[in-house]
Amino acid sequence: MLIFNRDTWQEIFGSIQKNKSRTIITVIGVLWGIFIYIVLSGAAKGLDNGFEEKFEDVAMNSMFTWAQQTSVPYAGFKTGRPIQLKLKDVQILKTRVPEIQYIAPRIVKGAFGGESGSVVFGQRTGSYSIYGDFPVLSKIATQKIYIGGRFINNNDIEANRKVCVIGERTQKELFAKDVDPIGKFIRIDNVFFRVIGVKKFEDGGGFGDDGDITIPFSTYRKLYNTGNNVGWLAIAAFDDADVMKVEEDVKMVLKKIHQISPEDERAIGSFNLGEIFNKINGFAKGLTFLSLVVGVATIIAGVIGIGNILLISVKERTKELGVRRALGATPSEVRGQIILESVFLTLIAGIFGIVLGSFVLKIIDSATQETDIPYTNPTVPIPYVIGALFIMVVLGTLIGLIPAQRAVSIKPIDALREE
Amino acid sequence: MIEIKDLHKSYTIGKNALHVLKGINFNVKEGELVAIMGSSGSGKSTLLNILGMLDVADEGTYTLDEFPIKDLNETKAAKYRNKFLGFIFQSFNLINYKSALENVALPLYYQKVPRKERNETAMKYLAKVGLADWASHLPSELSGGQKQRIAIARALAAQPKVLLADEPTGALDSKTSYEVMQLIQEINDEGKTILVVTHEDDIAKMCKRVVQLKDGVIIEDKYVEQVRASDHV
Repeated sequence: MLIFNRDTWQEIFGSIQKNKSRTIITVIGVLWGIFIYIVLSGAAKGLDNGFEEKFEDVAMNSMFTWAQQTSVPYAGFKTGRPIQLKLKDVQILKTRVPEIQYIAPRIVKGAFGGESGSVVFGQRTGSYSIYGDFPVLSKIATQKIYIGGRFINNNDIEANRKVCVIGERTQKELFAKDVDPIGKFIRIDNVFFRVIGVKKFEDGGGFGDDGDITIPFSTYRKLYNTGNNVGWLAIAAFDDADVMKVEEDVKMVLKKIHQISPEDERAIGSFNLGEIFNKINGFAKGLTFLSLVVGVATIIAGVIGIGNILLISVKERTKELGVRRALGATPSEVRGQIILESVFLTLIAGIFGIVLGSFVLKIIDSATQETDIPYTNPTVPIPYVIGALFIMVVLGTLIGLIPAQRAVSIKPIDALREE
Repeated sequence: MIEIKDLHKSYTIGKNALHVLKGINFNVKEGELVAIMGSSGSGKSTLLNILGMLDVADEGTYTLDEFPIKDLNETKAAKYRNKFLGFIFQSFNLINYKSALENVALPLYYQKVPRKERNETAMKYLAKVGLADWASHLPSELSGGQKQRIAIARALAAQPKVLLADEPTGALDSKTSYEVMQLIQEINDEGKTILVVTHEDDIAKMCKRVVQLKDGVIIEDKYVEQVRASDHV
């Protein structure tokens, strides 16, 4: 085989080394192409991973709904009537919208304006948003509790226990470093609560921050005298359900319960993560696709550059090729040599480009490690790399065919005559 | 060794057909040293190109060592050239990024001779032309005479049946020319058949036979008293 022959390579190295600067510039063309390809697709993958990581704690088919004011007069009520969601809505929704897997009524003091809860531990004080929640919330948005603690459970709800889960910042601000907050009592709006867990803050693309305090819903309504009022509903649909349709259904049911006009677009607000997630996902996918297209196009440009340079090189080497043919090189040997030169240059450039690209990806990765930028583990899948190398070899061969054909089409006699 | 019968060759330049060889009949026996002479346009280079299988005749037969040369495609021609013929050019045509040794070994490379054997053979021929010490030098580091001697070593390396020299001394001064001719004569003395195309009388006189071409036909073909180049050096 031509490829495995040491002499073949010697010939190729010989002619490549002959013009070092030209070889280097040519190689840089392709190197740049594959470099762009690797960096772009790696970065796109990193963003993709980053988004996924941001959303991994929230059920993708989840939605939130809350009540506002009516904007359409209906059933004898005038417009502008404030609507209050009630606990009984939850049961009705569950039966009327079968796609709902989990539904968690939530209520908060402080997060949307209004007064926060004032919290005291020993000499330290602070004000934080106080959430009233059910344990089922953890099925919709993962609640990461530090070791030693736990989230609200059903017993807490039933017994109206005065227990709370605090945020990381709350812990930092209320407790000294060496104090374990679990089991300690803090005073929330002048009522003592036992800390049962510290929650790791995960940005789920919604509201809430790292200072939030969660108490059982039943305790909340007693503490703040909110009766059966519900702030908003967090709903997770079954995996195979269309969350957009669930969102519509939920809103229709709520409108019916609260005697709101079906045409009223403003009375019930909602927000679904599925849609947002799909948008972001689509964005990441688009980015990946774009990076593939741009990368491949740049590679093609680079390989065409190699073809171009080889054409010039063949022209320059007309005489040499003529001599070789006079000495007994067959057309296929000449052709093979030129094509191999092309493929070899392409591959070398490609490998350097991949190494350089990976290196840059590594740098970007460590630079974004401690930042908010959603960028995680920017890798280029091996099939992409192999695919790129394959494309390069194929293109290198194809583009090499042009100068190779040119080289063969020169008759040795014409080549030698060129003095 | 070489038999040519009724060889015709014409080139078409625009609308005009230029009849370059108009029926050449010509035989060369083994061990001959033939000078082909003629003014430019006489067809001597065309004849040499056809003999060298670099070009094909329109009509006529060409037999090399009782082997009919016909129906050549490029691959076949390349193989025959490699096996039967050694070329010496006016402008040496060494590959300038290869060392003297590699240049000499090149025909053997195309014969698929293993590298070690190839280099040994190449070294042997370099020694034969007196340039063994220059084996690792690039052509750019050699003088014209040395380059031509390397080229002769290269032509010999494949052990061809016939050496074809196209104005081998055309680019050299007289003293170097005679040195090169001396080498060619020595090779001929060992029995190698050599054809030299030249337009210089003194070079032609150093051959054993002179063929004069004019306007595509042989006008004179005579054996001459060979002048030894060594007498002039």
